[in-house]
Amino acid sequence: MAILNINKLTKSFGGLTAVSNVTMELREGELVGLIGPNGAGKTTVFNLLSGLYVPSSGEILLNTGGKTIAVQGKNPHVICKSGIGRTFQNIRLFRDLTVMDNVRIAMHHNVKYGLLSGFLHLPSYRREEGRLKEESMELLELMDLGDKAGELAKNLPYGEQRHLEIARALATKPDLLLLDEPAAGMNPAETTQLTKLIQWIRERFRLTILLIEHDMSLVMRICERIYVLDHGMLIAEGTPEEIRANKRVIEAYLGEDVTDA
Amino acid sequence: MVKGLKELLSLRKWFLLLFTFVIVQFLVQINVINDYLQATIATICINIILAVSLNLITGFTGQFSLGHAGFMSIGAYTCAIILLRVPSTGGFLAGLLSGAVLAALVGFLVGLPTLRLRGDYLAIATLGMSEIIRIIFLNLEITNGAAGLSGIPRFTNWFYLFVFMAGTILLISNFLRSSHGRACISVREDEIAAEAMGINATRYKVTAFTIGAFCAGIAGALYAGYFYFLKPSTFGFLKSIDILVIVVLGGMGSLSGSVLAAILLALISTFLQDFPDLRMVLYSLMLIIIMIFRPQGLMGSKELSLKMLTGLGRNLLPSRKGGE
Amino acid sequence: MEQLIQQIINGISLGSIYALIALGYTMVYGIIKLINFAHGDIYMLGAYIGYFCMTTLKLGFLPSLIAAMLICTLIGMAVEKIAYKPLRNATRIAVLITAIGVSLFIEYGTMFFVGAGVRTYPEITGLLAKRFQFGSMVVSMQQIMIVATTIVLMTILQIIVRKTRIGKAMRAVSLDKDAAQLMGINVNTTISFTFALGSALAGAAGILVGVYYNSINPLMGVMPGLKAFVAAVLGGIGIIPGAMIGGYLIGIVEVFVSGYGSSMYREAVVFAILILILIVKPAGILGKNIREKV
Repeated sequence: MAILNINKLTKSFGGLTAVSNVTMELREGELVGLIGPNGAGKTTVFNLLSGLYVPSSGEILLNTGGKTIAVQGKNPHVICKSGIGRTFQNIRLFRDLTVMDNVRIAMHHNVKYGLLSGFLHLPSYRREEGRLKEESMELLELMDLGDKAGELAKNLPYGEQRHLEIARALATKPDLLLLDEPAAGMNPAETTQLTKLIQWIRERFRLTILLIEHDMSLVMRICERIYVLDHGMLIAEGTPEEIRANKRVIEAYLGEDVTDA
Repeated sequence: MVKGLKELLSLRKWFLLLFTFVIVQFLVQINVINDYLQATIATICINIILAVSLNLITGFTGQFSLGHAGFMSIGAYTCAIILLRVPSTGGFLAGLLSGAVLAALVGFLVGLPTLRLRGDYLAIATLGMSEIIRIIFLNLEITNGAAGLSGIPRFTNWFYLFVFMAGTILLISNFLRSSHGRACISVREDEIAAEAMGINATRYKVTAFTIGAFCAGIAGALYAGYFYFLKPSTFGFLKSIDILVIVVLGGMGSLSGSVLAAILLALISTFLQDFPDLRMVLYSLMLIIIMIFRPQGLMGSKELSLKMLTGLGRNLLPSRKGGE
Repeated sequence: MEQLIQQIINGISLGSIYALIALGYTMVYGIIKLINFAHGDIYMLGAYIGYFCMTTLKLGFLPSLIAAMLICTLIGMAVEKIAYKPLRNATRIAVLITAIGVSLFIEYGTMFFVGAGVRTYPEITGLLAKRFQFGSMVVSMQQIMIVATTIVLMTILQIIVRKTRIGKAMRAVSLDKDAAQLMGINVNTTISFTFALGSALAGAAGILVGVYYNSINPLMGVMPGLKAFVAAVLGGIGIIPGAMIGGYLIGIVEVFVSGYGSSMYREAVVFAILILILIVKPAGILGKNIREKV
């Protein structure tokens, strides 16, 4: 069953069409890659899915908990609560807050006490804060950040900041997780570790994952299906083997190589 | 074990509060604290309420407001108008409450559309808002225009000042340690990331703004109940700046910094009283020098703690973040 | 109808003053993203310098205007060098508070030296005192002079910004400071020059207002400063023609509110316009809405 249907999604900025007529489908539990040369519109698709951009046209349908809702153009926090979590390509942690606070903030929309209890620290505050602390600690330990809970996010080494990005997205309890270049800037050993981590969290949290990644070996290794974007348009869809053999994909990438060189 | 220690610490906190209250009350009773000193104490308490609440908006939620005096004036005028008609403790408390609620209401209504603006634009919008409030008070009959209201009976005393000051600090610091408070802080850190993590940024900006306006209303009401008379020019642009200066001097995002700075500035102001001509010149000069040499304020975003005090003794005065 | 035209004439005279001050705000904001609160006080200083030139030194209008512009230029550059330059990499709020500090310092420093009282500009005689009557409408020579001076100065400004090397540098720095630096533009000189230009215009506005309204005082810069900033935002901050349009609009609106409504509320209306424009189109009349890159 499809957890996400994207129908004819288009986004233009002024005269520039960044995403054009994209139609995609993610089935529950899948791990799907979204690849394409630089500037192909991959991150724009993520920003549309997570509500940071309002689409010019098209629809995004999310099926969770037996309900189908159209989320296009909704506020990011609403979309997050509906079950789409994301990470950012250019790490956007709450830098001056502790690792645990980063995670606890992402759990905020599941907190069950009101402003009054926040002011007066009533029993519901103590109960819920206790639960938050426990759950966030548990999550941090799963992500190998347990001993860093009290550190400021900005003081973590780069690789751990990337892990924290993922931990924070998981803390929002998503059904669909969008990972925007999680391996960017990592060395091969770190990337291998990350690959395992992504596969593991998918099992552990029963997630559907959509992944943007430049590291082809990573994408080919873990994705079950791949979508390829070029100049804002979908040019191919298929299994890693199919994509590897696809002429248009090779052209798109070679074209980029030629212009880059 | 840890829990027991925490209980003990919070007991000590209450004890410290009670102790401060009783000592000052006693000194007032035996006339060691004269009228002038009492007025200074009243100013300090009122400024602490104003600065702590503005810190919630600007230092913790990251929304740059230049209109805090506007909310203060709503509280002050509301309380004064009620007190002039019902000169009793009941009237005072009713005036205080309605002043705070009215200020919060205006804060909410103004905040809803303007808090979508960022940085400087928000600062200018709030400045404009507080000027509009001042001009309205300048033209209304019930506020007696530019001449202002006089003969307001004094009901504000050390007890009320202390209760509302301590209450504001405690409630706001509690709030900041709650999930809602963390949501506010996350908006300051990175609004877009906060939104993507399920935080309704607008809601928390408006919440902080409304709470801040409510507290400013209380401060205004206390002011009206202490200083006998009110006029619109008291609550001009300069008053908003004064409050902002306390917040920045103390350190944005440090409640204890706001408290320290409010006390420090009151002392400096008392000292400058002897040079009426140069008072504002020296004040402005101090402002510029502090901003050039210590833009993060006295405390940065740290809170004062006992551990810090002992640390201070060891390596004398700050070098901790001095280079930043 | 004639009354309407009269109001528009008065509005354009007042608007010229706002436009001149707004230009300084908009250029400085465009280049270092600072609301230079001290700018209104440079305008006040211009009025005082003009006053001393015309009374103590018995100079004519034109030499006084030039003197006021020159001295304000120097003061503006000094303020930038002493107070703002050390804070180039500080937070926005720290710079803003410094600007407020500088503003208070100039206001109360002036008050310390010349007293808080109002001073009256010398009675204008000769050509400048002429008034022209058209039916019930009156146009004074002073109004013509204000508008003419403003137009001349704005034209010179446009030429400097569009045609000269330093003008191009200004535009480059306001677009991207780091890139401009990499292209060999001396950013510090450019910023200093921007302050000089803005301050010269504010100084001119100060002496024009002295001649037009006769009375000056050390706090006279606060309100016009704020209103000129509103004008800059209204037109689109950072955009030079926007500041001119905004200045004239604010001037006309203010005169209309005084003429047809209550003069007590004219400032409230200006601020209401500000809030409205910020909510509806924060980039201003000529501005383009830009969104944050995610």
